[in-house]
Amino acid sequence: MNFWHVLSILFLSGGLFFFATATLGLLRFPDFYTRLHATGKGDTLAVFLCLIGLAFYAGFSLSCLKIIFIAVFMFLAQPTATHAISRAAMKSGVTPWTKEDATK
Amino acid sequence: MIDFLYGIGFGLCFLVLVVLYRGIFGPGVYNRIAAVSAVGTKTLIILLIMGFIYNRVDMFIDISMVYALLNFVGTLAAAKYLEMEK
Repeated sequence: MNFWHVLSILFLSGGLFFFATATLGLLRFPDFYTRLHATGKGDTLAVFLCLIGLAFYAGFSLSCLKIIFIAVFMFLAQPTATHAISRAAMKSGVTPWTKEDATK
Repeated sequence: MIDFLYGIGFGLCFLVLVVLYRGIFGPGVYNRIAAVSAVGTKTLIILLIMGFIYNRVDMFIDISMVYALLNFVGTLAAAKYLEMEK
């Protein structure tokens, strides 16, 4: 239980927390765009935290470098994918949730 | 430390099951794509944790790298396909 293990425990539990909040957002939000808003940002941060936590646990080696590469790639790829989905949804006519829908 | 990784892994597996609800009952096809993308990012972390648990770090890191790339490309392809469908 040296310093790096404690650090990785902190990062991993933080990542799990943000995964849980993103999942809660995916289930509880009323509309497609709000759900995508939750998972897009929540999952990106959670993946980043988990990967950095695992990089600490892996210690300084080639595998740690690969994990950091995955973290940077996911940090770029996840928002792009979220943007592509929401653009496709907007184009094919999915209307955002409005105040009138709330009262319905 | 390994037990903690087990805990994180089982926690993520539970979250995957919870997200699958939106994947199955999602009102439209777009909710399902969002759910599949969310499941994809979670399995990425589960793969890495399995690598650390079974001390096969190099193999599982390459698997999860390929999985991250494929998940991204798959989500883009689904979005591009559904955009033209109308």
